[in-house]
Amino acid sequence: MTSETGKIQAGGTSSDDSSLVQLIDALGRRQADARYDHYVADVDGAALRRLYEDMVVSRRIDAEATALQRQGELALWPPLLGQEAAQVGSARALRADDFVFSSYRENAVAYCRGVKLSDLLRVWRGNVPSGWDPYSVNMAPPQVIIGAQTLHATGYAMGILADGADSATVAYFGDGATSQGDVNEAMVFAASYQAPVIFYCQNNHWAISEPVGLQAHVPIARRAPGFGIPAVRVDGNDVLACLAVTREALERARRGGGPSFIEAVTYRMGPHTTADDPTRYRDANELEGWAARDPIARVAALLDSLQLLDADYADSVRTAADSVAAELRAECVGMEEPEAMDLFRNVYSTPHAGLARQRDNYQRYLQSFTDPPVSVKE
Amino acid sequence: MSTMTFGGAINSGLRRAMESDPKVILMGEDIGKLGGVFRITDGLQKDFGTHRVMDTPLAESGIMGTAVGLAYRGYRPVVEIQFDGFIYPAFDQIVSQVARLHYRTLGRVSMPLTIRVPFGGGIGSPEHHSESPEAYFAHTPGLRVVTVSNPQDAFIMIQQAIACDDPVVFFEPKRRYHVKDEVDEGADLASSSMEQARVVRVGGDVTVVAYGPLVPTVCQAADAAADEGISLEVVDLRSLAPIDFPTLEDSVRKTGRLVITHEAAESGGLGAEIAASITDRCFFNLEHAPVRVTGFDVPYPPSKLESHHLPDLDRILDGVDRALGRPNSRDQGFHS
Repeated sequence: MTSETGKIQAGGTSSDDSSLVQLIDALGRRQADARYDHYVADVDGAALRRLYEDMVVSRRIDAEATALQRQGELALWPPLLGQEAAQVGSARALRADDFVFSSYRENAVAYCRGVKLSDLLRVWRGNVPSGWDPYSVNMAPPQVIIGAQTLHATGYAMGILADGADSATVAYFGDGATSQGDVNEAMVFAASYQAPVIFYCQNNHWAISEPVGLQAHVPIARRAPGFGIPAVRVDGNDVLACLAVTREALERARRGGGPSFIEAVTYRMGPHTTADDPTRYRDANELEGWAARDPIARVAALLDSLQLLDADYADSVRTAADSVAAELRAECVGMEEPEAMDLFRNVYSTPHAGLARQRDNYQRYLQSFTDPPVSVKE
Repeated sequence: MSTMTFGGAINSGLRRAMESDPKVILMGEDIGKLGGVFRITDGLQKDFGTHRVMDTPLAESGIMGTAVGLAYRGYRPVVEIQFDGFIYPAFDQIVSQVARLHYRTLGRVSMPLTIRVPFGGGIGSPEHHSESPEAYFAHTPGLRVVTVSNPQDAFIMIQQAIACDDPVVFFEPKRRYHVKDEVDEGADLASSSMEQARVVRVGGDVTVVAYGPLVPTVCQAADAAADEGISLEVVDLRSLAPIDFPTLEDSVRKTGRLVITHEAAESGGLGAEIAASITDRCFFNLEHAPVRVTGFDVPYPPSKLESHHLPDLDRILDGVDRALGRPNSRDQGFHS
């Protein structure tokens, strides 16, 4: 678009809310949907409660980790506040043998995959390069380079195809990542080889300070069909809808139907990371508007309307979340410190003469502070 | 023993690696039916199928990034970058992902990729087809970098690179692809290491280090020097990361003089690393400061100028003269 001064300005509209798949509205009312209802037909009261519990615990973990950062126990934390439904709904659609390649904000996904609490924090405390064994939960460590993981997910899915397996991969990324070459190349490769990968874009409206309109002039999901990939826009604050659309995409992947693209329209209610100050670039009114669409409140309202949210249950969920938070805190502050020589471990899988020499020299250097001093002749 | 071209030896090595490990897959642009623009993968797709020899979309970062995913899944991808100058779009995936995933995952995920790169000049190509980008990769922790100078090494080392559990950037001197030589296909892979430098010519006066395309050139220089009664010891580096310093040290302790050659630009190149390290390791054996004979610090020039840019026999001998303190081009009164 061109402004009055003739200067080129970036920024279009990509927050068109029509055509979003929604199964629970902002007030917690179940919306019938001819296409997607059957994907969640098995979600009874107990299953709905489990989704609610996952979201409450995820938010509690997030709040505790944010507090730990404020108290100096973590170097940094990327809050997911507001994105619980987008993450829990999609993650709970997956099988154990599916593989997740995520960015750094998918801590609710990691929680659902079974990542240990201490392993969630380890990297953010600065103790290790990453927290968990990817093969123990079939989830790669958080990717910091924006969008790079979408190619890894696509390559892994090409491997699934070559193996004749029926599992799938999910690439989690944000709206900012869709401008990256890697994400676009990933869609080219996925379409060419019909790889069983789901491109799961959480459009949380902000890439640090840049609004989504700077990345895309049209709803992001509209890009995928240009690559030959079916796409859907879903209310990312509706856990049931996120579960449904992910199940649909997985079903397509498992029957050889190739990749899918999901745009989960949600909102980053917190800062980009604990180092960010969103008051510098966004309007408080915007936050208020999205608070009214809170992903957890609407499930609570639905549970309440189904007589599934009595005081005892609500208390027990809160207590359980608090005890997870206490455990998280204890594990964080009690974490073993790394050793100096860890610096040199795992750079290579086989011995490397050059690095071994540097390591040995540094070890001798460190030793020189503790060994008895060498006497120097006058 | 059979006679093979350089390119044919790599082809045979790839075939051998694919036969011995079903997880070895080849990826690249035009490597299938065409057999690659240099025909290095000729016939492999026909024999192993499209699922093991994959023509990819024209996106180098895409190739590298999907190779990372395949390695996560347990595959052993061998990626062909069509020309040296086309590797830069993949640089981020190589440096930020391939090189670091073993470290990032505390050793739980291996990245046994082999990245094949035809490199160097001398074939009269347009821009972006004659680059020597090896220093970027040798500078990157987590990568191993090797280059080959003859068909026998090409046959063995491509198999060793593929068998290596670390990522290996494998530089192939494209202007030597058609050189023919004897190759022993029965040679035992385990009996040698791709990380050992090799003394290809024994001599006593000056150590001259080369790798890849310049090894034959330096051998010719050694012949010419011998006519003047100067004895050059020629070392083929083979591995650029790590560098086999013990072999270089042994040679320099004997000769006391060192000339390092490469086509890549001088500043920040492998020559600087070797000069600094050898000075550190055998300072008291050196009779003269190490001398570099390299490409200039210019973008790779148009083909009619490349003979000036590439170190040739005469420039190498001029460097030898400098190392020996004999009359040379630098002492005409203009010291730079």
